[in-house]
Amino acid sequence: MKTNSKKLFAGGLGQLTIPLIAIALLVIFNLIRDPSFFSINLSQNNDGNIVLAGNLISIINGASELAILAMGMTLVTAACGGQDISVGAAAAIAGDVFIKVIKAGSVINAGIVILAFLSACLVAMIFGAFNGILVAVFRIQPMIATLILYTCGRSIAYWINGGATPNVKSSILSGIGSFIPGIPIPTPVLIVALMAIIFKLLFRFTSLELLTQSVGINESAAKLNGINTTFIKILSFVILGVCVCVAGIIGTSRLGLINHETLLLDVEMDAILAVAIGGNSLGGGKFKISGSIIGAYVIQMLTTTLYAMKVSSTDVKAYKAIVIILLVVIGSPVVKKKFDKLVRQRISLKKNDSKGAAQA
Amino acid sequence: MQTDPLLQMRHIVKIFPGVLALNGVDFTLRKGEIHALMGENGAGKSTLIKVLTGVYSSDGGEIKVDGQVISIKSPQDAQNHGISTVYQEITLCPNLTVAENMFIGREDSVWIKRKDYEKKADEILSNLGIPARSTQELGNCSLAVQQMVAIARAVDMKCKVLILDEPTSSLDDKEVNMLFDLMRDLKSKGVGIIFVTHFLEQVYEVSDRITVLRNGELVGEYTVEELPQVELVSKMIGKELGELSSMGEHEEAEENKKEVFYEAEGLSSSDALPFDFKIRKGEVNGFTGLLGSGRSESVRAIFGADKVTGGNVKINGKKVSITKPIEAMRNGIGYLAEDRKRDGIIADLSVRENIILALQVMNGILRPISRSEAESYADEYIKMLNIKTASRETPVGSLSGGNQQKVILARWLLTHPEYLILDEPTRGIDVGTKLEIQKLVLKLAEDGVSVTFISSEIEEMLRTCSRLVVMRDRHIVGELKGKDLNQTKVMQTIAGGESENEDKQ
Amino acid sequence: MKTKKFKEPLTNTQLLMTITICIFIGMYLLAMGILGGGFLHAQQIFDMLNDNASLIIVSLGLTIVMIGGGIDISVGAVTSLTVMSCVLYLNRGGSVVGSILLAIAIGLAFGIVQGLLISYLEIQPFIVTLAGMFFARGFTTILSVDPQKVDHAGFEVLRKAKLEIPWLGYYAGNGNLVPARIELGVFVALLCFVLVFILLKFLKLGRAFYAIGGNQTSALMLGINVKFTRFISYLICGVLSGISGFVFTMHTGAGNATNAAGMEMNAIASSIIGGTLLTGGVGNPIGTFFGALTLTTIKKIVVSSGLNDPWWQSITTGGMLCFFILLQSVVLSKRSKKKK
Repeated sequence: MKTNSKKLFAGGLGQLTIPLIAIALLVIFNLIRDPSFFSINLSQNNDGNIVLAGNLISIINGASELAILAMGMTLVTAACGGQDISVGAAAAIAGDVFIKVIKAGSVINAGIVILAFLSACLVAMIFGAFNGILVAVFRIQPMIATLILYTCGRSIAYWINGGATPNVKSSILSGIGSFIPGIPIPTPVLIVALMAIIFKLLFRFTSLELLTQSVGINESAAKLNGINTTFIKILSFVILGVCVCVAGIIGTSRLGLINHETLLLDVEMDAILAVAIGGNSLGGGKFKISGSIIGAYVIQMLTTTLYAMKVSSTDVKAYKAIVIILLVVIGSPVVKKKFDKLVRQRISLKKNDSKGAAQA
Repeated sequence: MQTDPLLQMRHIVKIFPGVLALNGVDFTLRKGEIHALMGENGAGKSTLIKVLTGVYSSDGGEIKVDGQVISIKSPQDAQNHGISTVYQEITLCPNLTVAENMFIGREDSVWIKRKDYEKKADEILSNLGIPARSTQELGNCSLAVQQMVAIARAVDMKCKVLILDEPTSSLDDKEVNMLFDLMRDLKSKGVGIIFVTHFLEQVYEVSDRITVLRNGELVGEYTVEELPQVELVSKMIGKELGELSSMGEHEEAEENKKEVFYEAEGLSSSDALPFDFKIRKGEVNGFTGLLGSGRSESVRAIFGADKVTGGNVKINGKKVSITKPIEAMRNGIGYLAEDRKRDGIIADLSVRENIILALQVMNGILRPISRSEAESYADEYIKMLNIKTASRETPVGSLSGGNQQKVILARWLLTHPEYLILDEPTRGIDVGTKLEIQKLVLKLAEDGVSVTFISSEIEEMLRTCSRLVVMRDRHIVGELKGKDLNQTKVMQTIAGGESENEDKQ
Repeated sequence: MKTKKFKEPLTNTQLLMTITICIFIGMYLLAMGILGGGFLHAQQIFDMLNDNASLIIVSLGLTIVMIGGGIDISVGAVTSLTVMSCVLYLNRGGSVVGSILLAIAIGLAFGIVQGLLISYLEIQPFIVTLAGMFFARGFTTILSVDPQKVDHAGFEVLRKAKLEIPWLGYYAGNGNLVPARIELGVFVALLCFVLVFILLKFLKLGRAFYAIGGNQTSALMLGINVKFTRFISYLICGVLSGISGFVFTMHTGAGNATNAAGMEMNAIASSIIGGTLLTGGVGNPIGTFFGALTLTTIKKIVVSSGLNDPWWQSITTGGMLCFFILLQSVVLSKRSKKKK
């Protein structure tokens, strides 16, 4: 236990230290404020399913889209040293395509939903590739390159369904957006888990992780080692496209309708934040997807906590900002260096003490 | 002969945790002299310079300027005492004009007196014979001119002591000459210049005096006349000549029997002019020539590192196309790049990841090397090359230069190349590692691997290579073999037709 | 040897700016020729200035930050917060001078805090200003969720103050002369423009912004206080956001939580179209000014062409942005190749 805490303070957990501390602090804060905050109970929902309910479940459920986007964003950040700010707009496009295809059929069955998913995915991947080409081939800063789609993405989404916000009533969609009958865990949570496993497998059975990090850390050296850096960068954007599509479809299915104006509004900022809170450098290079996922939950837990404290939904941003600043200040290089120095001094002092004792 | 001591450093001591970096070093600079500071990496050259410029504080000894003891606590202090430094990397802003670069950061008013600055700058530039206009954007000037603008800035700051830290490493021949003219000019104006460089030839071209350091200690101070080049080398490495030449005796006769592995005809790239080249199995050849002679560009063309623009390439007699590094790698070619930091290591990744990188890329993205495999590869090469690292998971950026180089060597050895190109593998690393790398090269050749070896130190090339391709002005000007492989002959070939020009001076 | 006057080739800054100005003029002339109508009246330009005075001010601040190699995405939110604060202050009986000071103080506060965190604690500017944006937006709604209209006699006078130029006016359908009108805010924007221009061109500090954006290590070696310079760039940007908020209030006369939504991205787009590079060291206030005008001209043209669907505006804006970004990328890479 003692060694563990020492390790924690000496940065033994590495980049996960700060997001984990943040979660721990939020949990403790909530438990003191309201001991029953994290209670989970089984209840029957409107569709007659027995499901899990409670603040903890709504946090984990609510963070799903963010967590999925954060995974893809981490990869883009690592490879390109910049962020995609068009994910919200692209998700709206994916959602609109999804609904459009579903509406095209006369009946809604599993086949058409899968077809809709695949077409939405394809569209999102094409937009991802567009961003990726701007970044990798034309060497435009990611933020600037994706500013284009950020500006006009929601308008493209508007155009797909002719400005309407069509709704779809279907048990399949509610199965994606809320619960599958018989399974008490919200489906979005399962999808996050599935995506995390897919990423894990992707890194296990391909060398994408090593190659992406190499490109992000030292592009010139990566090139001379035969890595196709352009391909890796575009690939990272295409993978983010898949994440965007999945997140867009979850968001759409939750409501059973697509609103191109409000779907995942401002999510790009939260997604970038999740990456940063997870201890990943926004300048690219080494990354941990797990950090970003934890970062997403930190953000969602913070939001839910504020809601629970009766802060109105529009005001939440202000308090969120304060916590974010605190987190990044603690994690800032200058503060870290000072802290490391302090720790090292303490350790060397102790060593000297024990040495002195031994000599005596 | 001017002998007034301008700068005296006496018994300078600098201690880093666990290392005595400078052990009572003396250094004297006289007015109007160019004084070369020589030594292998780790000899204490840069530490001494940093003590003088206030980057480090010394742990003992005194510094006198014009006979007065001074204390230097920061680079600003050094500048106030008339000590200016021009670093290897250009430390100017490319997006500002020449005049702005010369005056920024030392204006006395809030306003920019653009016209004044430009007038003054033009005066200084023409006085020093620097071919630049004050209104020009610095980024549009050649590297040499940028370097000179940095010197002009230093000169205008009334510097008495000018430190040039590896100023020539990114300049071509002509630019080097321009720089030397400027140095001689400043010398005649009474400025004392400390010249730090790796290029022995350049030392003899401009310097008056040489101070040699080794392992943090002063070896001695000599005038150029009393210290021939060969002796300088032996003073720097601390070995006698006999020892140096004992390594690697080549049996020329056998060489020609081996089959040709790689053959290029009229190969050219965006940076290299067309050239012909071939190498046999198990042969060690070298590309030599001054920096900027095109030797690095040529081997980069072989590896496909720059855009290949033409030529026929045959491997084992079969025609192949190599336009990208990955194609070269698939054909059994490995390339250790010249700039270790920029083109070699992936600093934040572990030793293990750095070692398996090239093999992994060759395997392709879909066939990852498993963790346990990677670990055993890493352990094998750490042991084989005697890489000093805390563990295989240590980030490679925290290793010493020599060990970083070994990691990159391991990376290429792991791909089991049939032809390995080593561009300056020994630059900036300690003598021990240098010898290890040289031995490794010879051993690889014995095992049938073809090796191309490039080094700025001709001595080193002579020791390892059985054939030397000599380049000048981006052309191959000669090929030396057998008994032609000696310092004089190499020098003559490198100098070539230019010896006439030198006679005129 | 006599020093001859040598015509220097255009620097990257000048080249990109020239391209933008040419495209702007060409586009405007085309609109005049093909669309006619409103584009033939001088008022069209003045309207663009009236509507975008605060965007121009914000973009100028952002240009300074971007030249220094940073980014500030809090500018729109700070503008919005300033609008709301000024409106509430005026409605509670505050004075006009007081509200101006309040606007500047809010901007200054954001500039100082963000600048300190970015320069002295070395936190990534994107994250700091993102938090700044969240804070300002959140705080705006804490002040008031409902729209607030200014009800203040003194301020109304200021708000209504307009420069009318009869000879630039036009005859409306009923035969009455409608003089050209320029709002006070435009003059504030022009003043800011002149000040920023002088700062960047003639002051030591201005050149220091270019230096740290061009090469930070070099700037340090050249004796520039990099941290302080960067801090000041954010401070100026903050103050300009505050001023922009006040100008916004003068233009709309009301505070609303959704004021200036998306303004940060419009400001970034203006700077980029004007030839500022996000990588730092390259940029020019003149370019930014025309960048903002180009952005609004595109929107005006789309509307005048009868493409009334709201999505056309942003799609053409996006397309235009794409065009400019690609153009810059191509021009700059051609240049660097030529140099080689």
